[in-house]
Amino acid sequence: MALDKDSNVYTIIFATIMVIIVGGLLAFVSMSLKPMQQANVKNEKMQNILQSIGIAETDGVTREEAGAKFNEFITRRVTINYSGEIISDKTAADAIDPLDKLDAFNIDLRKEYSRYVKPIMSKNKGDDEKIKEALKQSADIHFPIFVCEHGGTKYFIVSTSGKGLWDDIWSYLCIKTDGITINGTVFAHKLETAGLGSKINEKWFQDQFIGKTMEENSAFTPIKVLKPGKDLNNHQVDGISGATFTGVGVNEMLARNLAVYYNFFKNNPEFTK
Amino acid sequence: MSEEKKSEPLFSKKNIQLIKNPLNQINPVTIQVLGICSALAVTVQMDNAIVMSIAVMAVLVIGNVLVSLMRNIIPGRIRIIVQLVIVAFLVICVDQILKAYVYDVSKSLSVFVGLIITNCIIMGRLEAFALGNKPWASILDGVGNGFGYGLVLVVVAFFKEVFGSGTLTIPGFEKFEIFGNATDLTGLYAMDYMNNGLMLLPPSSLFIVGIYIWVQKARNPELIGE
Repeated sequence: MALDKDSNVYTIIFATIMVIIVGGLLAFVSMSLKPMQQANVKNEKMQNILQSIGIAETDGVTREEAGAKFNEFITRRVTINYSGEIISDKTAADAIDPLDKLDAFNIDLRKEYSRYVKPIMSKNKGDDEKIKEALKQSADIHFPIFVCEHGGTKYFIVSTSGKGLWDDIWSYLCIKTDGITINGTVFAHKLETAGLGSKINEKWFQDQFIGKTMEENSAFTPIKVLKPGKDLNNHQVDGISGATFTGVGVNEMLARNLAVYYNFFKNNPEFTK
Repeated sequence: MSEEKKSEPLFSKKNIQLIKNPLNQINPVTIQVLGICSALAVTVQMDNAIVMSIAVMAVLVIGNVLVSLMRNIIPGRIRIIVQLVIVAFLVICVDQILKAYVYDVSKSLSVFVGLIITNCIIMGRLEAFALGNKPWASILDGVGNGFGYGLVLVVVAFFKEVFGSGTLTIPGFEKFEIFGNATDLTGLYAMDYMNNGLMLLPPSSLFIVGIYIWVQKARNPELIGE
């Protein structure tokens, strides 16, 4: 029997069968590759945290090694809120439970930024006090701190997120026991212009932050990216030529987030001991 | 179907042409001006361009085969939709596989893998070739056009990366620093050489593709239209 390929019935049956087959195959592909993809994302985060510490042992750690080394170096994971209250406190002995949304490792700063921080900032544009007040009120904004103990010294890795020229930027900064000096950084971006803004994740840019402080005369002073080629003080680093707006984004991100961590370390001297 | 046709050698003259022509005479990017979008966007680094070319070729070849196998049962009225579903399916698979196995590359290609779906070369070949030809010829056509696309991408990426970043990244090798290290000011950089920032931006690809077409047409006068 010759099929009438132009009949409606044939067309509909063909489309239905095809969609079912393709849908099933896609679901299968997605399910079977998901564990590997999730492991990649998790290991990359661990790699970033470890690399930002700025000690020789974790310098250049690969994504494959990161999973094993993470528990060796990171001894405590703490989550604080905007007011500096500790809401979650885990040690290396506690396994990272993907369902525990408050575990410092599971805090998704990029998501929190676009979902909660950005609306607050655009609503109160220009009024810094109002923004601070609204950020303080929000229960959805968290700040993770990872404590690394190595060679008898403690390091605190904090995380920040903000917006560059095109899309998300984020960073991990390692702060020394004094609570104000940077020991290492990792910057990352989603979609900054290749060759310009994307250079924030290059070593020379990140290494500039080492040794800079976020305090002047016992008051918080954010670390700033300046236009390249200027004289720099202890709170300033060289920017990237051609990437002014990425620099502006980095400045906003550091000022907003580091203030919270700075206050936390100041108000909890026992934490850094 | 005659016996003669069945015994056509796998690499007959006609079949070889299927691979050779898209490299030059009917190059999908420079002559047909298809797939320009990704040629402009993923050519900042050589390794991205190479992986992108492989991804497009894989989608093109498999898509061609599938459509060619189904060419006698695809209802004419929804053939474009059927092709689109097949391409979309393959692209999502490629994207998922890249994410699982070559995570770093997948990150730097970001949205452009997904945009393979909209690459006109693919739909164009499915509609113009695979729908009317046998699977083996379709495979060759896919390989040929994939190479034709990849060739342009690699050439563009070569000039963009060398003059834009002063480096050359080839998958599996360490990054070559062509003119010395820009940060430590060694090599040519010590003599005040600077990378050309424009080369990193999409417009420079247009210039390079334009020059490519110029050179190509100068060497093949028969390509110049009236």
